[in-house]
Amino acid sequence: MTELSTTPAHDGFSAFLARAVASRSFVIGFVITALVALVALVSFFWTPYDVTKLVVADRMLPPSATHLFGTDQFGRDVLSMIMVGSRNSIAVALVAVGIGMGIGVPLGCLAAARGGWLDEVVMRFNDLVFAFPALLSAVMITAVFGPGAVNAIIAIGIFNIPVFARVARAGALAIWPREFILAARAAGKGKARITVEHILPNIATMLLVQGTIQFALGILAEAGLSYVGLGAQPPMPSWGRMLFDAQTRMMVMPSLALFPGLAIIVTVLGLNLLGDGVSDALDPKLRQRR
Amino acid sequence: MTAYLAQRLSIAIVTLLVASLVVFAVLEVLPGDPARLMLGINATPDAVEALREQMGLNHPLPVRYFNWIGGLTTLDFGRSYTYSVPVIDLITERISVSLPLALISLLLSVAIAIPVGAYAAERRGRAGDALSMSAAQVGVAIPNFWFALLLIYVFAVWLRLVPAGGFPGWSAGIWPALKALLLPAIALALPQAAILSRVTRSALIEVLGEDYIRTARAKGLPFGTVLWRHALRNALIPVLTIVGLQFSFLLAGTIIIENVFYLPGLGRLVFQAITQRDLIVVEGVVMLLVATVVVVNLLVDLSYALVDPRLRAR
Amino acid sequence: MSLLAIENLSLSIGDTEILKDVDLAIEPGEVLGLVGESGSGKSMSALAIMQLLPEGARAIGSIKLNGVDILGAGEDAMCRLRGNDIGMVFQEPMTALNPVKTIGEQVAEGIRWHAGVGRAEAEGRARIMLDRVGLPAEKFPLSRYPHQLSGGQRQRVVIAIACALKPKLLIADEPTTALDVVLQAQILELLRELVAENRMGLLLISHDLAVVTEMSDRIAIMRGGEILETGETARTLAAQQHPYTRQLALASMHVPEGRSPSPLGGGSAIRLSEAKLASRGGVTEGWRTAAATPSDPSGHLSLKGGDGAAPLLEVTSLTRDYPADRHSLFAKPTMFRAVDDVSFCLAPGRSVALVGRSGCGKSTLARLVLALDKVTSGTIRFMGEDITSRSEADLRTARRNMQVVFQDPYGSFNPRHRVERLVAEPLSLLEPAPDPLKRRELVAHALHQVGLKPHDMQKYPHEFSGGQRQRLSIARAIITRPKLVVADEAVSALDVSIRAQILDLFADLNRKLGIAYLFITHDLTVARAITDDVLVMHEGRIVERGATAHVLDNPQSDAARALVDAAPDLRRAISRKLREQG
Repeated sequence: MTELSTTPAHDGFSAFLARAVASRSFVIGFVITALVALVALVSFFWTPYDVTKLVVADRMLPPSATHLFGTDQFGRDVLSMIMVGSRNSIAVALVAVGIGMGIGVPLGCLAAARGGWLDEVVMRFNDLVFAFPALLSAVMITAVFGPGAVNAIIAIGIFNIPVFARVARAGALAIWPREFILAARAAGKGKARITVEHILPNIATMLLVQGTIQFALGILAEAGLSYVGLGAQPPMPSWGRMLFDAQTRMMVMPSLALFPGLAIIVTVLGLNLLGDGVSDALDPKLRQRR
Repeated sequence: MTAYLAQRLSIAIVTLLVASLVVFAVLEVLPGDPARLMLGINATPDAVEALREQMGLNHPLPVRYFNWIGGLTTLDFGRSYTYSVPVIDLITERISVSLPLALISLLLSVAIAIPVGAYAAERRGRAGDALSMSAAQVGVAIPNFWFALLLIYVFAVWLRLVPAGGFPGWSAGIWPALKALLLPAIALALPQAAILSRVTRSALIEVLGEDYIRTARAKGLPFGTVLWRHALRNALIPVLTIVGLQFSFLLAGTIIIENVFYLPGLGRLVFQAITQRDLIVVEGVVMLLVATVVVVNLLVDLSYALVDPRLRAR
Repeated sequence: MSLLAIENLSLSIGDTEILKDVDLAIEPGEVLGLVGESGSGKSMSALAIMQLLPEGARAIGSIKLNGVDILGAGEDAMCRLRGNDIGMVFQEPMTALNPVKTIGEQVAEGIRWHAGVGRAEAEGRARIMLDRVGLPAEKFPLSRYPHQLSGGQRQRVVIAIACALKPKLLIADEPTTALDVVLQAQILELLRELVAENRMGLLLISHDLAVVTEMSDRIAIMRGGEILETGETARTLAAQQHPYTRQLALASMHVPEGRSPSPLGGGSAIRLSEAKLASRGGVTEGWRTAAATPSDPSGHLSLKGGDGAAPLLEVTSLTRDYPADRHSLFAKPTMFRAVDDVSFCLAPGRSVALVGRSGCGKSTLARLVLALDKVTSGTIRFMGEDITSRSEADLRTARRNMQVVFQDPYGSFNPRHRVERLVAEPLSLLEPAPDPLKRRELVAHALHQVGLKPHDMQKYPHEFSGGQRQRLSIARAIITRPKLVVADEAVSALDVSIRAQILDLFADLNRKLGIAYLFITHDLTVARAITDDVLVMHEGRIVERGATAHVLDNPQSDAARALVDAAPDLRRAISRKLREQG
């Protein structure tokens, strides 16, 4: 089955699109993800209220027509804060995926292509990083440099490196012994060129799917870090921070905790569905398996 | 078997050594002068120098590293800058909350995920499968600390079945202590169970496509028997891998969840230490958690050998 | 009453019709051979009997076992039948056994389930069964795990599982396809004995007409989900009434035009093809000289060019060691010698077969020659130059003149590239590299040479059939005009009729372009059909060499004799059957 997942049939982009549109996961995931991205974009130009303005008179308002999701303890509009907060979540998770892919994939491909001691070193490096869950790295970084959104990016990004390195290495190792690679070698192509021409295109699917998974995990991790104060700092609105602030006022107004939580769940769900849908569409035979 | 054991053990030791170097480098070398931090801005240079001497900070770096490592092997984590008690005392007090919490959630996660995953695989493509996997899909997306808030609201605030937070201590009796850990454990376990059930299902379905499953069915065994007797054990390797990874997530997750429930565990300790810049405590806790993760992964590697005779032969 | 009677069985998965009105009958103690090419529906027929069809398959018609319809039987009833009344043996012994259970557990499991006996008794019966299939207790205790057994031994375990309860009907689906010829002969013999001892009916499914002919009393020929012809084996194959039966039989014995038509007429055939080749004027002198000295098993360099003509490929004392599994961390790694002191020469334009059992080192040798694997010791000279352990950059000239065709027409192409790019891949070896226009022209020409159309270059590999893909492989191999093509089991994954066409193509390219072949194969029919000389390999060594027909007709070494004796031969099988069945 690994073979199928690494080299799905290639029958053109239009066929992929047709299968994608037929996949319910893909459609729902795509719509949700696109909406979240849209909300983040819109928040740069317009939000219902200014999130930096504190209106004491309007504090702790329940959801209503004027404030759809209500207001917080400083009278800020919760909907506006969620909109602005999405930027932080997406930025942190996206950059962290970028770090993980940018370093992890070359490492994994190199390990698979060269083998021997280099492979061993890469794998041991993976073991090492896996020993530091993102939260521990964040704790260490914060202890030294103080809290901030950049910490979250670095901590989550570092943890993504071995994830992508493993996926890329495993995928590449499954491709290397295949006969078309031997044929390419017999055609005089070097390992670097084979990696670029043959290995990467064939593991791109797995990497893409893993990318959406790590993106979703990144959003969850960022929320957790902000919640405990290791991520984005006030006044920058962030979903995790909003939940922290909501906790003490939960008896009074549970809706304060409800909406940021739903924002996280919907975003993560959308990304996960999108990932499932992409792998379904690229590889119809895998559909039954998830 | 011995070769495999020795190999995994040596890898674990090397990982731990390098990890200790990283922790030492980040927390001891980078952040300036702990002695000055402890004594504050107004301390005289002489006083700082005296404290440096007393803390062994004037030794060359390698010596300090080996002193530290040597201390770790005898469970001497140094003395807290702020509490002025041995770090190990702080840790042992707090770990009696964090470790049971992580273990209970791991048990819960496995106990929920494996039957659900097996059920979904057995009913692949039918309503039961679709329903349980949709629930899992949502479960994966729920942040555990938000779920914790929800649980507090429903069970503590609304139904008043359990306390909303705090920990009475094990001295108050096992039952009240467990009761205090119940909601945190559920909050930690459910999202992980969702992930694990998906992994279990897909691993099982992959195994069910293998030739030996057909051989077993050709013997006349009913499908359910084949699934439990032949497929599940073969599907365990990917499941165990995830369980091992989850343990480190759960352990790290306790740090967050302890904050939600005001539990006096390692998480609270580490956050207090960060705000007080008590780096030696941070160092000790981080090293301990890293060591736990490494040991758990070693155990997972060894359990592969129990599951798969092909590894035993090595 | 027949043991098994299938009537009007039709099967469809989704909208695809898999089986159409299949009728088959097996009497007690009878062996029915079911022959057909891949995709003809053989395996689906077997799975329909077992009711182990893939999800979504719908079957109509009737399948009666001892007069009782089992097609409509429920899952519980089928569970009572499977393993008890019907046993099944599968194709792939390496994956047919559960890797985490002992062979004892796996054999005893069915006995416990059906006979309702305790563990001790079931294990006792499993022990007897394993002894019977040739796995004695001293060497194969019940506590063995599958990974501790070889492929042939695992297939014996699968047979033990299938026959443990002495079923009335045994279904064997390509039981020997994954095994080499010597093991194949042993497993077939075992099946024959078990069937005779227990008066079982056997449904033997195979793509190999020779195997089926040797084994079966009656034969059924299948194509496209239909039974085309069925009858007594000897008579059916002698009469060849149905055109497809004739086509199958001819393809199974196919020899490309201009090559030896009969295995016994080797000498004259060589002369014939020699004359043909000479008349084309494209062949060097050395060819004739080598053909004139058919066999010289003692000499190291028996296949040399002679007459002072430089050999194309010269391999001297080649050895390749691999580290074997270590048993302890501190033990010195033991070495496994895959290729052991091999020397041979290959003259330009000549075609040499490298034959041997699986695991004898022939594929490793091929990879060493292709500089895809590192040599432990010895030298390889190609076109007069030493290419042993050269850097990739210094290999370019050699690579240009030495290409490869692999076995698996599905695995040898990157599924994401178009044919143009796939076939053009070796062109990067040319200096200067051709511009896009020239490249396209070369690809079109290569496609034309292998019988494909120039516009095929816009397609993806999955749009081609297996045989066409093998043509693509060949097009890629010849695009740089190489002097040598190494073909590693290049036709063994193909159906017989396709195989015949590809063999023709190989022979044709040899004639037209003067390409020399190193043909790695386990199939002696292929070796006979296409090669001038043969090297017989056994446990890493070349144990016999000489003109192909000569060696295969009069094998001298034990290894060669074992291969020749075990190789199924349709012609011989038919004449034997004719004597038996009259």
